[in-house]
Order: sequence, then structure tokens, then C-alpha cells
Amino acid sequence: MDKVRTIKEAMEHIKDGMTVMVGGFLGTGTPEKFIDYLIEKNVKDLTIIGNDTGFPDRGIGRLIVNKQAKKVIVSHIGTNPETGRQMHAGELEVVLIPQGTLAEQIRAAGAGLGGVITPTGVGTIVEEGKQKIEINGKTYLVELPIRADVALIKGAKVDKKGNIYYHHAARNFNPLMAMAADLVIVEAEELVEVGEIHPNDVMTPGIFVDMIVGGEA
Amino acid sequence: MGNVREIIAKRVAQELKDGDVVNLGIGLPTLVANYVPEGIDIILQSENGFVGMGPQAEAGKEIKDLVNAGGVSVTLQPGAAFFDSAMSFAIIRGGHVDATVLGALQVDQKGNLANWMIPGKMVPGMGGAMDLVSGAKKVIVAMEHTAKGTPKILKECTLPLTAAGEVDMIVTEMGVMVVTKEGLILTEIHPDYTVEDVKAATEADLIISPDLKMMSVSD
Repeated sequence: MDKVRTIKEAMEHIKDGMTVMVGGFLGTGTPEKFIDYLIEKNVKDLTIIGNDTGFPDRGIGRLIVNKQAKKVIVSHIGTNPETGRQMHAGELEVVLIPQGTLAEQIRAAGAGLGGVITPTGVGTIVEEGKQKIEINGKTYLVELPIRADVALIKGAKVDKKGNIYYHHAARNFNPLMAMAADLVIVEAEELVEVGEIHPNDVMTPGIFVDMIVGGEA
Repeated sequence: MGNVREIIAKRVAQELKDGDVVNLGIGLPTLVANYVPEGIDIILQSENGFVGMGPQAEAGKEIKDLVNAGGVSVTLQPGAAFFDSAMSFAIIRGGHVDATVLGALQVDQKGNLANWMIPGKMVPGMGGAMDLVSGAKKVIVAMEHTAKGTPKILKECTLPLTAAGEVDMIVTEMGVMVVTKEGLILTEIHPDYTVEDVKAATEADLIISPDLKMMSVSD
């Protein structure tokens, strides 16, 4: 099965109103070419799931500045003043989730789990409206899985079967998101032939990946 | 009194033991790494996905995709390892981090910490702080004793909490306080201050340790 697409072919699947996961941490490991394209296409009313809203000129932040999101589900917005401005103006819904909980909620969706049971957030406003469970005398919150229509991820090296190798701290949420969406599209910094990434070095198995956009496409 | 931030960072550094896995928050806590005593090797964890973080990268020598949780270019120590965000927080939440050092907007005598939002004013988000404070074996708050004279060490936090009852120790330029079942105990005091000075700058009920020591921040 040929998974390699042009950026235009791949991005045509992203429609107004969709829920989109975007990999990266303050822009490191974020597929910036996909963001470029979504800005050019001006896809609207997105629900964006990511670690943070980046910076105004980097990562997910650029979609916020261009007013393409109606809702974000993230752990941090402090590095992008525009997110806070839109939130306070009532233009953008912001759901803040502890970073470790967010990672596990995404992983749970991809791993077929009904949720995660975490002590993080107990005794804070994070617990409001959530089921609490006591196990061996300790209180936990039940946090539900988070899935998306599309996951946009980024790999340093990707082979034509979609096997991914990440570089340094660019891994972050990418492997988790690659498991948790109906359609998974990876931006390859370098697209290589099958076999060029040793199976020992594959960090995301290609079976999770639906479409690959090569470095030059 | 010398540089306030330096005094705090130096004193916090004395809490770290050889082989400790440590997560340092952005800002003042980051300075702690500069004062780790000789012969003590600590392993810095960066919640964006690695252990073995080294100092900030020199200008012009930045390495692509190698940044700390604040987006600043850093370096690696020998033996470093990268991982995804789920493993990063398994390390944090699972009790594999020996100490976390964070700043605070408010901290109280029950060990409650508030450092992630001021309703209606500033809502940066909790990022990894809630997991760190819930999961680290030792939680050290490193901060200036007051916010320009307004107490930050309170009987009870008024801002939304980051975590309830998880803080173990507070280090400021005035002294060291530990959170116990009996309450907040002043165990060390900076030589430039009197107990009355510390009490006046603290809203919390402060128990003065019978073994009150001078805070050692010379070297």
C-alpha cells in the first residue's frame, strides 16, 4: 500500500470543524509544513489537541493567531499571549489539562483503554465534575480517553511504510498521537526507503501511519 | 545580603544527593543546577522528554530539537536518554523523580501550592507542574519570601491549587521552612534576618524550631 502523498492530497482530508491532534512541544516536533498549508487553506473551527499553543510565530500558535481554532485542549498556553486574549474575549474555548494526564488520555485512546486513573489534580479545580475512585486508601481521578479525527505528526526520518525515527526532544507527544486518531498523517523531514531505518530504531511502527508527506512534497 | 536568587539556589542545591533525578522549574529553580556541590552528580529530567540535561547551549552552538521545557536550547550530559511524553510523566508521576524544585505564587502551612493561575488575570496553564508536585518524592518551593512585601507563605492559599498537601520544603532568601504534620517549621534563618523579620513577612503560623540554624549559603 502506497502511503506517500503530496501535501495537498494529504491535507484535503482536513475539513472545517474537525478535531485535530498536533504533535510537538512548544513547536519542537511540530509538523510546521502542515501548519503552513492549513493556514493557506484557512481551515476553520478546528478543535486542536496538543501539549501547548506554542508561540505566536511557531507551532500550533500560528493557527491560533490566524483564528482557525474554536477550541484547544492543551496543558499550557502561557507562551502565546494570543491564546489568552482570545480566551478572555470569548472567541476561543480553552481546556487546560495536566501534561501527564493529557499524554495518558491520548495514549489510552490509542491503547484501547477506558480511561486512566491518576492522582494528579486531586484537591484542585481539575477534579471538578470528574469521577473519583479510592484505591488502597488513595484518591484518584478518572480521566477519559482523548481521540481525534486526524493526528498531524512529525518525524525526523520516515520510511515509505511509515516507520518513524524521531530526533532528540522532538519525540514528545508524536508517538502517542500516532495511535489515537482515525487518520494519521506524518510529515517526514527526511523520507527514506524501507530498510533504511533499522527495526531497532523504529520509535513509531508504520502500522499506525496512514499517510506520509515527504520532506520535499 | 548578596544576590537573593543566588542565595536561594545555593541553599536548594544542598538538598540534592548524589544520583538524584531532579526536575527544575523554569526561572529561579533552573539556577540550582549551577550550585550543585562538587562530587554530587544529579540527573536532570526535562519533562518534554529526556534525562541527562546539561547547561544551556552557547550561542551559535544550539543543537536542533534539543530544548528544555521552556523552549531554551540546552546541552546533554553523557548517558542522556530521550523518550516520549507518556514515559516522561511515568517517570514524574511514578515516583522516579527524587526532587522537584518549583516557584510559587502562594504556598501554605499545610503544604498546598498555587503556581499556575490567577483567575481573570493570568492563566498560563499547569503544564507539567501538577504531575510533578503530585509525583516527585520531594517537593521544594524555591522563591523570594514575599511578592514585593506581600506575603506568599500563607495560612491557606487563596489561588487555585496546583496540588494539595504535597510541598515538603520552602527555601527563600530569609530561611528554610519544612512542612510537617505539626505545621510549618522554620529550621534555618539567613544571618541578615531576625526571627521577628521572618514572622512579619510570613502570614502562615510559623513554628520556630528549637534547633534553629543559620542558613549556610557561603559556598
